[in-house]
Amino acid sequence: MIKLEKLSKIFETPNGGTVMAADKVSLEVAKGEICVLLGPSGCGKTTTLKMINGLIPKTSGKIHVAGRDTDTIDPVELRRSIGYVIQQIGLFPNMTIEDNICIVPDLLGWERSKARKRAAELLDLVNLDPSIFLKRFPKELSGGQQQRVGVIRALAADPPVLLMDEPFGAIDPINRAVIQDEFLRMQTELRKTIAFVSHDIDEAIKMADKIAIFRDGKLEQFDSPDDLLARPANDFIASFLGSDRTLKRLSLLKVSDVMLSGRIRVSAQDDVATARDMMKEAGHKNIVMVGPRGRARGYLHLNDVVEASGTVEEHYQALPTTVNVDADLRTAVSRMFRHDMTWMACVDDDGFFKGFITQRAISHQLGATYRDTPTEGLT
Amino acid sequence: MSRSIRGADVSETMKTRAALVLGIALGAALTVAAQGYFGEIWRTYSEDIIYLTKQHVVLVLISSGLAILVGVPAGILLSRDFMRRYSETLLQVFNIGTTIPTLAILALSITLLGIGFKPAIFGLWVATLLPIVRNVFQGLRDVPAHLKEAAQGMGMTPLHILRSVELPNALYVMFAGIRTAVAVNVGTAPLAFLIGGGGLGELIFTGIDLNDMQMLLAGVIPVGLLSMLADYALAKGQFWLIPRGVNPLRP
Ligand SMILES: Nc1ncnc2c1ncn2[C@@H]1O[C@H](COP(=O)(O)OP(=O)(O)O)[C@@H](O)[C@H]1O
Ligand SMILES: [Mg+2]
Repeated sequence: MIKLEKLSKIFETPNGGTVMAADKVSLEVAKGEICVLLGPSGCGKTTTLKMINGLIPKTSGKIHVAGRDTDTIDPVELRRSIGYVIQQIGLFPNMTIEDNICIVPDLLGWERSKARKRAAELLDLVNLDPSIFLKRFPKELSGGQQQRVGVIRALAADPPVLLMDEPFGAIDPINRAVIQDEFLRMQTELRKTIAFVSHDIDEAIKMADKIAIFRDGKLEQFDSPDDLLARPANDFIASFLGSDRTLKRLSLLKVSDVMLSGRIRVSAQDDVATARDMMKEAGHKNIVMVGPRGRARGYLHLNDVVEASGTVEEHYQALPTTVNVDADLRTAVSRMFRHDMTWMACVDDDGFFKGFITQRAISHQLGATYRDTPTEGLT
Repeated sequence: MSRSIRGADVSETMKTRAALVLGIALGAALTVAAQGYFGEIWRTYSEDIIYLTKQHVVLVLISSGLAILVGVPAGILLSRDFMRRYSETLLQVFNIGTTIPTLAILALSITLLGIGFKPAIFGLWVATLLPIVRNVFQGLRDVPAHLKEAAQGMGMTPLHILRSVELPNALYVMFAGIRTAVAVNVGTAPLAFLIGGGGLGELIFTGIDLNDMQMLLAGVIPVGLLSMLADYALAKGQFWLIPRGVNPLRP
């Protein structure tokens, strides 16, 4: 959807020198994906982004947007077909929120009533009440509200491609997280193709399908967030990602990615002896007890029941905690540490037992991304 | 920079209002207290006052109208990117221009246009033009770059950006310039008499020459009232004509 081929930009500096702001950058953003351009300040992210909609003329190379060479499109027409969001938001203070949102639809000659209706729909989409906000001026909105309007203004004419330059950079961390989540939720429905500039690794990991890391105008690595964190191509990237990059991967992985099957289980009326045999056979030290319909109820620890007899019900212990299968591994690991557990039962939204995760399985997964999911016992 | 201009201007508006109220009150008080004195002036000079005030107003309206008509487009032109290389120099020249006393400008315009109404209009026009051009230019330059970038990035054409983004956002500073310029104009207009341009200056300067206090006041009082009226009208215009989103005077 967006394709850059050996894209370069050389700026002339006032004192007669030159700056290679983009150096033969080649990358491709697939339809519906978010590609984050990441790197330290001055590495050429903004320059690369602005060449896509022609705000900065390129020195050499090719740009294709939606299959068309941008050299063959009138820049004004091109820009109207690409959503553009900047860090300073750039809402026009002299216009109402409604008129701000309707700028591109109006430029494209939409019928007035259709454009105004679209503005109201979009405000609804970001939880701003149209009856309150349509007629307000930007100065009457909080920073977070303005930023939301900045984003929906770019979406107004429903462009397939969005360019976003540090769109959430000026918002405080708490609101930023909220807006990021909100945007990702919108994106699952809208499926826009997005080039997104950021200098914040955590934001990139959270938002990106693909991350492009830049240094001094050069594209250093272009990979999925997990591949990038697992296998940084060089020392610069490794140090840019931070020494805790392995831990960052935890938030990219879901519990279900490392969960071991919950087929081995016992119910309350089963014999302790049966439970003991099942554990020995599977090589597990614990076994989960489920209720009549399969909800996780408790567990037995092998060492506690070596000599025991009777039913499981007479010996089980309550589960100190469980984790949802859809939670990320960061949540899971922090909960394990908090309860001093080496394993945890995983449940679905209704509390049904689905399987379990172990610390060893997690560290194994982080240590070896490209091996198959390890099979090992409860420890 | 623009902030300080705006800050100063808000308090200026308040001052204008206070001055107006004070002026009216004072006027009323004086009218009552010195009915005899002012009554006499009015009886003696009413015809002259009416005739010369009309002339004065025409001088002010034509010269400042022409200054706005020329100054605004000139300021816009200077602020365009392709003029960037020359604009600083030109503005420097303009700034020097403002320091030349208006009387000197009027004298110069005699050498160009002779004596009478035309050189008076020309002289006042020059004196009014400079602050207008400067503020229009400054106002447009102060429009944040990111607004222009957002506009361009959304596919607005340069002319559309000027009309819908730059001018509305520069309007407050531009208006402040026009207000200053008109104030200068009204205050300077009496000098027009000296080069044969007529106006209330006739009563003032003749009054000075003849040491005739009544005649002097017959000219001074209408000039004072006119300048207060003009500033009041422009302050109102500034309040109502500038869109609410970019008008620091309006909540
Ligand atoms: N208009 C310009 N003229 C000269 N140099 C520029 C210009 N714009 C950007 N640069 C230089 O190009 C490099 C990349 O800038 P930029 O793309 O803005 O970086 P980033 O967005 O990654 O912080 C920097 O060294 C910057 O100084
Ligand atoms: Mg940047």
